[in-house]
Amino acid sequence: MKFTLSWLKDHLDTSADAATVAEMLTRIGLEVEGVENPAEALAPFRIARVLTAEPHPQADKLQLLSVDAGDGPVQVVCGALNARAGLVGVFGAPGAYVPGSGITLKVAAIRGVESRGMMCSMRELELGEAHDGIIELPADAPVGAAYADWAGLDDPVFDVAITPNRQDCMGVRGIARDLAAAGLGTLKPLAVPDVTGAFPCPIEIRTDDAEGCPAFYGRVIRGTRNRPSPDWLQRRLTAIGQRPISALVDISNYLMFALGRPSHVYDLAKLASPIVARRAAPGETVTVLNGKTYALTPEMTVIADTREVHGIGGIMGGEHSGTADDTTDVLLEIAFFDPERIARTGQAVALASDARSRFERGVDPTFLDDALAILTGMILEICGGEPSEAVRAGAAPVADKTVDYDPGLCARLGGATVPAAEQRAILERLGFGVSGEAPMRVTVPSWRRDVDGPADLVEEVVRITGIDSVPSAPLDRMPGVAAPTATPEQLVERRVRRAAAARGLNEALTWSFIAEAEAAVFGGGAWALANPISEDMKVMRPTLLPGLLAAARRNADRGAATIRLFEIGRRYLADAERLTLAFVLAGDKTARAWRTGKAQPFDAFDGKVEALALLAAAGAPVDNLQVLGEAAAAYHPGRSATLRLGPKTVLAEFGLLHPALARTLGLDGDVVAGEIFLDSIPARRAAGRMRSAYAPPALQAVSRDFAFLVPEGLAADALVRAVRGADKAAIVDARLFDLFTGQGVPAGQKSLAIEVTLQPADKSFTEEDLSAVSAKIVAAAAKLGATLRG
Amino acid sequence: MSDLEAIGQGLMADIKSADSLDALDAIRVGALGKQGRVTALLKTLGGMSADERQVQGPRINGLREAVAAAIATRKAALEERALAARLASEAIDLTLPAPDAPQGSVHPVSQVMDELAEIFADLGFAVATGPEIEDQWHNFTALNMPESHPARAMHDTFYLRANEGEEARVLRTHTSPVQIRTMTSQQPPIRIIAPGRVYRSDSDATHTPMFHQIEGLVIDKAIHLGHLRWTLETFLKAFFERDDIQLRLRPSYFPFTEPSVEVDVGYSIEKGRRVIGGAEGWMEVLGSGMVHRRVIEACGLDPDVWQGFAFGTGVDRLAMLKYGMDDLRAFFDGDLRWLRHYGFRSLDVPTLSGGVGA
Repeated sequence: MKFTLSWLKDHLDTSADAATVAEMLTRIGLEVEGVENPAEALAPFRIARVLTAEPHPQADKLQLLSVDAGDGPVQVVCGALNARAGLVGVFGAPGAYVPGSGITLKVAAIRGVESRGMMCSMRELELGEAHDGIIELPADAPVGAAYADWAGLDDPVFDVAITPNRQDCMGVRGIARDLAAAGLGTLKPLAVPDVTGAFPCPIEIRTDDAEGCPAFYGRVIRGTRNRPSPDWLQRRLTAIGQRPISALVDISNYLMFALGRPSHVYDLAKLASPIVARRAAPGETVTVLNGKTYALTPEMTVIADTREVHGIGGIMGGEHSGTADDTTDVLLEIAFFDPERIARTGQAVALASDARSRFERGVDPTFLDDALAILTGMILEICGGEPSEAVRAGAAPVADKTVDYDPGLCARLGGATVPAAEQRAILERLGFGVSGEAPMRVTVPSWRRDVDGPADLVEEVVRITGIDSVPSAPLDRMPGVAAPTATPEQLVERRVRRAAAARGLNEALTWSFIAEAEAAVFGGGAWALANPISEDMKVMRPTLLPGLLAAARRNADRGAATIRLFEIGRRYLADAERLTLAFVLAGDKTARAWRTGKAQPFDAFDGKVEALALLAAAGAPVDNLQVLGEAAAAYHPGRSATLRLGPKTVLAEFGLLHPALARTLGLDGDVVAGEIFLDSIPARRAAGRMRSAYAPPALQAVSRDFAFLVPEGLAADALVRAVRGADKAAIVDARLFDLFTGQGVPAGQKSLAIEVTLQPADKSFTEEDLSAVSAKIVAAAAKLGATLRG
Repeated sequence: MSDLEAIGQGLMADIKSADSLDALDAIRVGALGKQGRVTALLKTLGGMSADERQVQGPRINGLREAVAAAIATRKAALEERALAARLASEAIDLTLPAPDAPQGSVHPVSQVMDELAEIFADLGFAVATGPEIEDQWHNFTALNMPESHPARAMHDTFYLRANEGEEARVLRTHTSPVQIRTMTSQQPPIRIIAPGRVYRSDSDATHTPMFHQIEGLVIDKAIHLGHLRWTLETFLKAFFERDDIQLRLRPSYFPFTEPSVEVDVGYSIEKGRRVIGGAEGWMEVLGSGMVHRRVIEACGLDPDVWQGFAFGTGVDRLAMLKYGMDDLRAFFDGDLRWLRHYGFRSLDVPTLSGGVGA
């Protein structure tokens, strides 16, 4: 919402300057986004008279002007066609910055002739679009005077962000009222002309949609003359960034910006009585003032006559029935549209307008008759004509809202101690009616649709007294040291994050949404956006890998030799959002080096070690995990695995990325990836801080090596488990340390060597004890087809 | 000179000049071995008379001990020399590079979330979470944003595809639905923060369609705007690790708070960069206010008994203001160079005793 200081002062009797006004606006919740005084930029430009104009000796299209800007004749080279002796215009001397062309003037030779300044066009001064000649001022404009002052441009323009609840401040007058309440002057009375209709309204006005358009007031004015608006009106509209169009349109706009009251002016000649507010019929369309055509639905309220639709009610008028230069008879519309209907319609047609932004916030339902009178009065004054009697179809819904207000609430909720009398005075200045003491009975003004409870009144009082002066009050503190607040899930997340970083992985964050094709590789996503901003960000990720792999590719494209990335975030499945850690290892595991020679790629075991380490950090029982197959199809089918607790609970999967997928993603070489399903890790039972009792064994452990020949297809882990389980009392560890095929090992078999650690309990092992354990181990292994290697 | 002395002198000279352990061992065998000269002398003791043995015994035994001691001494010297020679030959160039150790890092958003959790834990706030795919009631309606509310359109909401006849879910546009989930699932008094991902269909130089917010909520019996101010001041001072943090409260509007307060924090310019602290200028950092009674009612609590405040701010933005990143989009790119530069070491765990900044 923009307005100028002089415009504000039409409504507010104040001596405050722009800076004071701006500060106060922000303080009371009308956030100033900018204050600009166009005169400041135009200060160097003065009114000047062209004394003589002669042809340029070297150029046909240029003239040599002798210009007087108050200090005697100055020679200026000028290319404007309208430059001539006697013209009074605007002159910039050397040193002046020309805002419209972005140059600073200096003395220059133009085609061999010195030029000491410039006569300016409107566009060069950013005062308009006109650039077909230099500015022409009235002959009596004072030569030598500052142009901006003379033209009334010394008028700061405020740009204020109005929050959606403050419809009343969508007009200059509402802002003036707020400032007056804050003590920055007094609100001037609003002049409402007394308009007497000279004849009955010749067109029938009706509302057939009492819900969407409960009130439709109007009148006809005959014999107006549409013309450009007077300078003062054009200047105000231009100052706030509106393009003056014609007096009838400008007056309607002026009413909206001055008083927050949208209206519409129809060319009566284009209407066929009756004119009706009604629901749109299915399939109807309308072309509105922006030149675009919109399809309408029965959920929308339109203004129509017997022939066609003339506008989307409260949003934008129709192109066909708008006023033109030759318009003489007009119909004025002051209607009240239901805010919710406007909001829904506006969203449906995706059309923003100044009218919509006011109606959807809710205009003052009591300000229809006066608005019609003011609109009529301005048109009569500027365009002439003869008004009809006013027609009032329907009635705007005026809710008499009263709030019982305990002034003590201001301190209890707002934290500000404000005497009741002062609270009453503030509320009254804002237009509230106050009677009684405690509680006060507060009547809400019709223009404050946003206020309906005591808390709103606290806000009114506190924002006017200054919300920034509310003193701090400490929250109560529980006695003692602050108690821990993290949940077990949060602790797991923190631990795995720090563990991953400690292991050399870099944490990335990637988008929660991915392309449909990326999701499809991983079995598709359960959730898709109806309105994605791009096809690349459409499906909620069912796995974190696509995002990380894309990040890996970007890094590879930037020349990163080694990529170790991880992310902790949610997978979005049909039933829940599941906390997950994913990692990607790509490029060189070790760079080429003087000791190790060539660069080494990552392999699936690098994925396994990360998965196990991170599961351990998360508190998963890693010793009990089974390594099984059936990892996602995104992995190399023979070089990937799942880590499970029991046959069903998958805690992690990892492996070499499927080479075909890696190629599709543009990743060269072996890529290893994995995901830890953090939400599947069973919570550790809370058993207090006390550890189980423990004393290190007094006797030294013994180790024995066994080498077995086993069928080639046997999983090594199966043999290790069998060996470890062969004598649960004596065997404390079994570790596979060698895998061998080749010379001495029959075809179809492999040799696996296992170091078994035996822990004696209360007495050392005898040779017989050890032989017995060895026999058990061999027997257990034999069940898997293993034979002790000779 | 007796034979004995001559043998002794000869052996001692040989031992002294022995140049290797092998040569020394040959001397040892020649003197003290089974056929050795000193051994042979010892053997002569058996054929001597008692008197003669009385004289020669100590002499010959003395010779044996002296020779053995000399050999041991020489052996130690030779071994030391050999070790020194071996060590000299084993010298390596330790200016050669050691194997690279990968340097991991924690993302600034995670780090800042940990910092916030630590600070607010001290103030008694627990960390709450909620779904990101949210229903419209939690994201809007319960927060006093009925269907046609203009604010609802203002939020640039992402909608999810819905089955025929079902209401479309949304990607939460703010962390505020966690307020609702908390108030509907636990009895006051409540003190929580709720950090997490939020989504708006907005993308330009300063906006990304996904970003992080943190919500704060306090519901109790006598909570007012002054407590909100204190909490924000206390939190911002702790977070930015400066005592000269200044706040400016401005009236504003959010559907779910009344009164609503926009909070600006003062900044100053240090070395050409904006630094939080001081009051050379103001920047908007937080939206907040007293929880609207309709919100409290929607959660099934009695607004005449329970009241409180809520606030929300951008985690990414807090990170940028504290650590000096200037491009939000880089947060979600995964560029290793950026992650290493702006990321944190694994052991930079924020703690109250060690500080919440790194």
